[in-house]
Amino acid sequence: MNSAIQIKELALKLGGVSILKGISFSVAEGEYISIIGPNGAGKTTLMRCLLGMYVYEGSVRIDGTECSQANSRELAKTISYVPQTHDMEFPLTVRDFVMMGRYPYLSPLAPAQKRDIEAVEKALEVTGTGSFRDRLLRTLSGGERQKVYIAAALAQETPVMLLDEPATFLDWKHQADVMQLLKKINRECGATIVAVNHDLNSAAHWSDRIIALKEGAVLLDGPPAEIIQPGPLKELFETTFIRKETLAPITKKNQAE
Amino acid sequence: MKLKFTILILLATGSLLLFPMIGSTDVLNDPAGMEILLKLRIPRVLTAFLAGIALATSGMIFQALFRNPLSTPFTLGVSGGAALGAALWMRFGTATALAGIVGTSLAGFGGALIAVTLVYGLARAKGGFATDTLLLAGVAVNFFFSSLILLIQYFSDAGETFRMIRWLMGGFSVIGFSTPINLSLFVLAGLGVCALLTREMNLLLTGDELAAARGVNVKRTRKLLFFSASLMTGAAVAFCGPVGFVGLMVPHICRKLFGADHRRLFPAVILFGGLFMTVCDGLARTLLAPIEMPAGLITALLGGPFFIWLLVKKS
Repeated sequence: MNSAIQIKELALKLGGVSILKGISFSVAEGEYISIIGPNGAGKTTLMRCLLGMYVYEGSVRIDGTECSQANSRELAKTISYVPQTHDMEFPLTVRDFVMMGRYPYLSPLAPAQKRDIEAVEKALEVTGTGSFRDRLLRTLSGGERQKVYIAAALAQETPVMLLDEPATFLDWKHQADVMQLLKKINRECGATIVAVNHDLNSAAHWSDRIIALKEGAVLLDGPPAEIIQPGPLKELFETTFIRKETLAPITKKNQAE
Repeated sequence: MKLKFTILILLATGSLLLFPMIGSTDVLNDPAGMEILLKLRIPRVLTAFLAGIALATSGMIFQALFRNPLSTPFTLGVSGGAALGAALWMRFGTATALAGIVGTSLAGFGGALIAVTLVYGLARAKGGFATDTLLLAGVAVNFFFSSLILLIQYFSDAGETFRMIRWLMGGFSVIGFSTPINLSLFVLAGLGVCALLTREMNLLLTGDELAAARGVNVKRTRKLLFFSASLMTGAAVAFCGPVGFVGLMVPHICRKLFGADHRRLFPAVILFGGLFMTVCDGLARTLLAPIEMPAGLITALLGGPFFIWLLVKKS
């Protein structure tokens, strides 16, 4: 299987401090991976490297394109990003917001083309957000808003989708909704999904593979059943807050799939 | 949407045609009417219209740049910076007629650019563009520039000081077409840059990280927008004084009517900004006729309470 993302010996210093220390891994096309790790492990920095926001040492390639050297519009055609959502003070409608996902394809003065409108409509349909396309973003609930953010990333039509804590701050039902939607995008649209996740249960339940970062390096890399175990997690978080019995059903379910 | 735009275009054009006719002299029946119309009224209305466009559009740009609807040239201290630049030029610069006017506005532009860089740096260092941080940074920068302007006034003679105080109140008492022509150069340049960046402004509203991930060159966009807004604020303040709150009220009202998408908001702000300032100046000229008030007084009387209302509503 081809790799969607290839990271080799990625290292980065910010303000003289070494944040990433020789990270290497690759992600296969159509894979769904979660990146976990304690605060300060370098998850956000790794994400920004993928988005081409830093000049780093080593190599980060998405679909063969080196991220730090790519033209920002060209890079945006290979990887889309769903940030942690926050309040939007300005009265933007859902449709306008999703249309922003088409930015890398649009020319400065020309209006959106048929192709763009179709991509937006499809994204609204897949995410089930079409029914509130004319509502303002700020009037939506947390779960609805998260889906709209995912719709905008989907409209960007990229092979890779990167998400920062896709289900944090959502209640259980909406977490499941959003995660199911991502799985659907992963399976049906064939998108490679990389999600930074603090929620170990959700990482274990939904991803094909988990990569655990600690102090700027990859500590663990493998299927959830291997990683979400008391031993490895203790090494990762340096605490024994996990009880084996609560984890058992999740890992079993994952193994069964 | 089309109907709203049509109405706005009609109102804006109407204001440009109507307001030169209004005033203490009836220009159609007075022997000196034509002279008054050509040398005073039309240039004045044009200047007000252009300054309205400049300040309203700058407000819209700053609000996108700082992702905060309370950022305006006035509250961020950018008008203050422009005023200091222009005051320095008035006091120490060359006073040749045409070149002098361009000099003042260039100095205003420089001052605006310094002020916006200062506020941006301060807010960045404090960790973000939250309203309280921005307002505090703006107040600090404003205090600093105001005291420097006072210092310049202190070292000026009585006539110069009086002229400066009148100018600081904000108004459009111009003679002839050199001011509107000069102002239009700056405004057109600023609008031109802004027109190319409406989609980028939309994306800046969603945050730098997401804008970059969608393919926006965030650093270059920010620089260009700072440049554009400073150009317009600098020139408007240099010619007309720091007329306040237009950059707050106009974009806010336009967002209510046309939404936050800059592809629609931008043309609406241009039209409404010009219209609003022309009407404010018309009121300033006629409310207490034959006494003419500075238009800045009217915008401040309207804008002060508006600002407080927004602030209260927000918290």
